[in-house]
Amino acid sequence: MYDLKNIKFKDILDIKEIKIPRARITCIVGESGSGKTTLLRMLNNLTSPDSGDISYDGQSIFHIDPVILRRKAVMLPQTPAIFSGTVRDNLLIGLKLSQKLEVSDEELIKAMEMVRLSKDLDSDADLLSGGEKQRLAIARVMLMDPEVLLLDEPSSALDEYTEQIVISTLVEYARDKKKTMVMVTHSKKIAREFADEIIEIKKKNMPMPERSLQ
Amino acid sequence: MNGVIDLQMWQMAASYIFIVILLFIVKARGISREKEIIISSVRMTLQLIITGYALIFLFDNANPLLTLLVIAIMEAFAINNVYKRTKMELTRQLKKIIALSMLAGTLSSLVYFLLVVVRINPWYDPRYFIPIAGMLVGNSMTGISLGVTKLVENMYTQRHMVESALMLGATPKLAAKEIIDGAFDSAILPTINSMVGMGIVFLPGMMTGQILSGTSPVTAIEYQIAIMLGILGSVALTVILFVQLGYKTFFNERSQLTVSPPTKRNGKADK
Repeated sequence: MYDLKNIKFKDILDIKEIKIPRARITCIVGESGSGKTTLLRMLNNLTSPDSGDISYDGQSIFHIDPVILRRKAVMLPQTPAIFSGTVRDNLLIGLKLSQKLEVSDEELIKAMEMVRLSKDLDSDADLLSGGEKQRLAIARVMLMDPEVLLLDEPSSALDEYTEQIVISTLVEYARDKKKTMVMVTHSKKIAREFADEIIEIKKKNMPMPERSLQ
Repeated sequence: MNGVIDLQMWQMAASYIFIVILLFIVKARGISREKEIIISSVRMTLQLIITGYALIFLFDNANPLLTLLVIAIMEAFAINNVYKRTKMELTRQLKKIIALSMLAGTLSSLVYFLLVVVRINPWYDPRYFIPIAGMLVGNSMTGISLGVTKLVENMYTQRHMVESALMLGATPKLAAKEIIDGAFDSAILPTINSMVGMGIVFLPGMMTGQILSGTSPVTAIEYQIAIMLGILGSVALTVILFVQLGYKTFFNERSQLTVSPPTKRNGKADK
């Protein structure tokens, strides 16, 4: 799906080559400050590398309209953004911002169930706890039904039990719908359990060669 | 009844008693503002005296080139004032957009107001052109200053929300919509609010002036209503041009947000 070559970015990233396969779960691991988030941001061109090329589906992303690319490869930031309004507004805002058709309340409730969130659609989203906000943001991305999900520490605000459930739901969803999923995670356990591919980034160094787990 | 009482020199001098009282209060309370009070009083006096003689000269020598020169100076001062009044350092691109919005917004409103509403003849008649231009430019300057401050501040403080919207596939315009609307709103609100109190809480300066000089209050309010609407139009046009063009300077050609922390004039970080 993605092919990164000779990527350099400030003194943070220096990557010779990374391939991210289609319809697979890829985990990016590495110590904090190693540039995992920066790498993820490059995959939907929120950050451009200083040099090197990234291709998406065989085409250089620098030749793709960044807004179109981001609608295909949606990114979930580590700190979820909660917009003012109700839970419903927040679930729909991804569709609204990417100018897609809105969906029925039933679909919204189904998406919330997938991330184990049971809240009234009309309740104020700002009153949710940190973990609930994170799950709301995950449901929002799933509703957008993108080709690629770029997830930055999607479980950082969740307890171990909920983390296990939410991540396995996400993985199941991705496998079921043949989505490409790229997940930055701190947790080696999560990576070992769910990843098809693991990319390890070392601080200011080349990434370790990918290890296939299957 | 007609004609205004001409103030004698000693009458003028007597009005400075207010400044003396203020200085006395400030001194007694230990508020160190004497320097500013004296400087601003002196500046006001000198500037108005110069303006008075300049206006006499301009009225006696009505000439299209002179009128155009005056409006050019006015715009230059106003634009420069917007740059200075904003507490943050502005990018060159944003400065260009401020200048462009001020010129396009105020000049088009001015031309419409003078030639279609008031229908002055000749078009450069300085007795109408200069004071009306002053009111439109001055109010637009205040409005756009508020808009600039809001836009620059919120683009930084809400950058996480803007970026999150971009990640979800929003165009820069959609991602910044709330900030753009908020900046526009806060820029035109003072003008709208001043219309609410008009005539009850205070009598506007232009109308008071006309009444004092013997104009019928009915004519005076006609002018006041027209100029208020003209001011609102000019402020709104200037600010909408600014926000619609200005937000783009915060994104690069790859639709990435490129804000750096707003720096204050003295070079220290804002927050």
